[in-house]
Amino acid sequence: MPDVQSTVVEFVNKLRKRKIEGSQATAKCTVELLRSVISYQRVPHANQAAALIDAVKAVGQQLVAANPVELAVGNVVRRVLHIIREEDLSLTTAAMAGLDLLDASDDDDVDNCKGIGYPAMSAAVVAAAARSTLRPPSLQTLLEGTPESATVPYTSSSGADSESKTADKSSLTRKLKHDVIEGVNQLIHEIAGCHEQIAEQAIEHIHQNEVILTLGSSRTVLEFLCAAKEKKRSFRVFVAEGAPRYQGHLLAKELVARGLQTTVITDSAVFAMISRVNMVIIGAHAVMANGGVIGPVGVNMAALAAKKHAVPFVVLAGSHKLCPLYPHNPEVLLNELRSPSELLDFGEFSDCLDSGAGSGSLQVVNPTFDYVPPNLVSLFITDTGGHNPSYMYRLIADYYSADDLVM
Amino acid sequence: LQFILELRVLDSLVKSNLISEGGGGGMGAQKKGGGAKVSEDAEEQSRQRLQAILLADSFATKFRPVTLERPKVLLPIVNVPMIDYTLAWLEYAGIEEVFVFCCAHSVQVIEYLEKSEWYSHPNLVVRTIESHKSISAGDALRYMYEQQTETSQIQGDFVLVSGDTVSNMPLADLIQEHRERKKKDEKAIMTMVIKQSKSSSLTHQSRLGTDQLFIAVDPLTKQLLHYEEDKIDHPRGSICLDKSLLDSNPSVLVCNDMQDCYIDICSPEVLSLFEDNFDYQHLRRHFVKGVLVDDIMGYKIFTHEIHSSYAASIDNFRSYDTVSKDIIQRWTYPYVPDINFSGNRPLKLGRQGIYRASDAVQSRSADVGASTVIGYGTKIGDGDKILNSVIGNGCSIGSNVVIEGSYIWNNVTIEDGCEIRNAIVCDGVKIRAGAVLHPGVVLSFNVVVGRDFVVPAYSKVSLLQQPTTEDSDEELEYADSSSGTADHMSGLNLQMEPKASELGPDGAGYIWEVCEGAHDEEWKHSVAPIPKDKLSEFTQAIDDDDTDDESVIPASGELKSDADSINTDMNDPNDDYYYFEKEVEGTVLRAVEENIKVDLVTLEINGLRLSYNMESADCAGATFYSMMKLAVDTPHSSASELYKTATSIISKWKELLGFYVKKIDEQIEVIMKFEEMCQDSPKELGPLFTQILHLLYDKDVLQEDAILRWAEEKAGADEVDKVYLKQCETFIQWLKEASEEEDEDDEDEEEDD
Repeated sequence: MPDVQSTVVEFVNKLRKRKIEGSQATAKCTVELLRSVISYQRVPHANQAAALIDAVKAVGQQLVAANPVELAVGNVVRRVLHIIREEDLSLTTAAMAGLDLLDASDDDDVDNCKGIGYPAMSAAVVAAAARSTLRPPSLQTLLEGTPESATVPYTSSSGADSESKTADKSSLTRKLKHDVIEGVNQLIHEIAGCHEQIAEQAIEHIHQNEVILTLGSSRTVLEFLCAAKEKKRSFRVFVAEGAPRYQGHLLAKELVARGLQTTVITDSAVFAMISRVNMVIIGAHAVMANGGVIGPVGVNMAALAAKKHAVPFVVLAGSHKLCPLYPHNPEVLLNELRSPSELLDFGEFSDCLDSGAGSGSLQVVNPTFDYVPPNLVSLFITDTGGHNPSYMYRLIADYYSADDLVM
Repeated sequence: LQFILELRVLDSLVKSNLISEGGGGGMGAQKKGGGAKVSEDAEEQSRQRLQAILLADSFATKFRPVTLERPKVLLPIVNVPMIDYTLAWLEYAGIEEVFVFCCAHSVQVIEYLEKSEWYSHPNLVVRTIESHKSISAGDALRYMYEQQTETSQIQGDFVLVSGDTVSNMPLADLIQEHRERKKKDEKAIMTMVIKQSKSSSLTHQSRLGTDQLFIAVDPLTKQLLHYEEDKIDHPRGSICLDKSLLDSNPSVLVCNDMQDCYIDICSPEVLSLFEDNFDYQHLRRHFVKGVLVDDIMGYKIFTHEIHSSYAASIDNFRSYDTVSKDIIQRWTYPYVPDINFSGNRPLKLGRQGIYRASDAVQSRSADVGASTVIGYGTKIGDGDKILNSVIGNGCSIGSNVVIEGSYIWNNVTIEDGCEIRNAIVCDGVKIRAGAVLHPGVVLSFNVVVGRDFVVPAYSKVSLLQQPTTEDSDEELEYADSSSGTADHMSGLNLQMEPKASELGPDGAGYIWEVCEGAHDEEWKHSVAPIPKDKLSEFTQAIDDDDTDDESVIPASGELKSDADSINTDMNDPNDDYYYFEKEVEGTVLRAVEENIKVDLVTLEINGLRLSYNMESADCAGATFYSMMKLAVDTPHSSASELYKTATSIISKWKELLGFYVKKIDEQIEVIMKFEEMCQDSPKELGPLFTQILHLLYDKDVLQEDAILRWAEEKAGADEVDKVYLKQCETFIQWLKEASEEEDEDDEDEEEDD
């Protein structure tokens, strides 16, 4: 346990000092940390789930407090809590129904998973099935009974493995913990694979000779565009440079290295260029429960321009970026103001920074993120397929328990 | 020979007289860095732990009286102790081991560190070193050197900072750069971090309240060649570079817009240098200058300019104010109040840069303006106006209080209707209703300001009495940790009763007297902005300078080599003479105006002669020069009128001149001087050369031998120089003839002319 404690402290320190950047990296570190927290947590015989939930919550609160701007941390913590709750529920249901039923439903699940496309949610789906009598079937389950072409085929090798393991050890007293860890492992797998999952859908969205505009730099966008390129689609990409951090430059470099036709434009030229663009694709920092998007600064401007010219505005987001909170929640910190040195050279402006010399003082604001309201977003592409902004709340209900929204 | 002298002079108001004396030396003299020697233990070096020495004592008295009770590094800046900023940055920059050198109030520093999270930090080992004898940074480093043991020692290159540094610059690359350089040239013992920061064109003071800094750097190698903080001992805005500097370096970059961040990457040699030179006290004044001057060891210092990151050292109250504002403006990101970087409770950042604690209570009618920080548990009453200020934790502020540009620390009580502008108010202070703090006030711990009392501007108030025996030589944060405070306390008890009313009937505390001389400087280092009248004074001064000073370095950076500027070269022997001449001129002018007796004037000039170590001939030259200058300066319309004035002055003061022209050499000096003057103003004095020469001869100031000897000397000179010789050819001719038949016709010659 002290070992885990020190890793927690170390990770908290990193988060606090903004040493980790990017929601995917943060999410991955968080979920790995939580896995070790769970595996080192001693569970009492009675009420195992509550003990695990408390432990995860305690760590989760520290992590969220360390960097409230990085919403992916909170998302992952809530996902893990959800996994624990669902596993617990499935175990209790199974205990009530007897082991035979569990095995049967396990088999069902494998099929079910393939259809619905929730790779990580094996146990969660058990629980969902168990609860299905309690609540009316969702629109999704109705529609997705017939597999859609957009859905990602589920590679079930690891899933099947874990299922068999689960079955083998079902008699063990530590079953809950084991199941939870399995679930968390799949979450890790899912986070690691979200780029590929999203990129596989590229071919359906990007067509021949189209012009795509993107802003800033996102690994998801890069993979997405490259996937389309690999499928022999020929298209052009406009990259808005994403001042003041100019991450668009890096993206442009990568794209050119992979053989895409790339043009760099300034952020302020977006409106001028938008009429030639067939689609805007951006990566999100977080997707809120109302379908609003938090993305790199300048995104809102691009979204408005796209709306004006009726250009589809597509947002790519791995499922770990789905945040169950609404942007008006007081605990959601939407923005982070970074150092003004990214905008100005301190030395050149040092004489206008103090009001002492009779003149006024210069104020510099350097926000990192922008908020795009849901009505400007045309489509979300997550690792589970494309969704409408208005559908986000439903996805969130599948991923998170309502009990965990406020930690 | 060309020297590329790039001048980065930013505004034309800055006058820099750079003298290169025609550029005498040859390019061949250029020194090459001692041969590249690749050390065997290169790999070992790269594996060394990154270490830092943090001086938790400023060895200065700038923050008195606050530092009498608490060490400077523990003073809060935007509600977080300064040392936390430094440690958080060092940890972030990848430093693994920090030696915290504690001197004054070492107990408090160590206690604080033990309580904080730094002692148990996974990545950073914090070791404290205690010494009470050290009175300067030099002593501290010598102590470090002596105290090195097996377990705690400086193994290789280390970072030397003081505990009041706020920065977010990355260090790893810089340390690597320093190591690489050291490997190539083992004389490169230190890398100094500098940052561009324009100083005020009016006050020649940096944003941080320190004096303007002039540095000369080799633009290619970044080697530091010259380091000079503008001091009063020579004319403002001018620097003197050693001529050999230009000989040995193909190009020199002179900057006046750099700020020294007081962050140094040092090699172990630095410690041993301090050990060897026991008189090194100050890091810059002694050590850097010493290394730059010392040719024998040949050690070199290099500079590293940082661009995108921030670094500043808090040296005085003004820099406290400036750095606080920079933190609020987020230049120090990620070390800003809404991020928990060192166990501080993060505040929430709202619009207009207002940082507010989640549990701060603010009345609806209170007006909290831009760039304000409000700490935990603080209550703000009705109708308060708060602008540009930092308010600490647990403060309680009454109604209708005005706080502007001030720093209120923790647990301060401010009653209704107070006005606080540009002040620093320490922990536990009580300000009773209606009291007013004028700009620049510093209230130390637990002071009570009485009802309706007005604290005058720039006063420093403390419960402790001002130490009466002030050692001006020793710049100590304070003398001795425990006994010193005890002494003050006893003094306090004795005089408490009569003195308690210094801050009103219900107040408590002493207003410190500002010592003479320092009073003028007070505004420079205060938290308050520079007052308007001071600024206009400076504007005035600069306007005046502009009109009479033509040797401004043009922005293009051309080096002027005109004759006038030679006079200002410190190394030039003419320099002394120039000042001497000025003094004599003043004396003579006064003598003429006030009609002082010749004896007294002679006495005075003799005094000057001794103090400037001048010869009698110089006195003669200077006196004559002064008299002629007086004549020329007197208003006149024609040459004849000028001649008349000259005659009257010379006849009146010939005794004075006679006192110095007893020898032939001295008389020749006078003639030479006169010739020089004529050359300077050929229109006015030129035509009168012969006439006045004759006049001097008539008045027995000059003897004919002197004039003839002068003529002989001049005969061999250039044609140009002979102008005046030719002018008075007839006179000399006549003199020659006269001397031959001197014995016979004495009277004759006097009538002839």
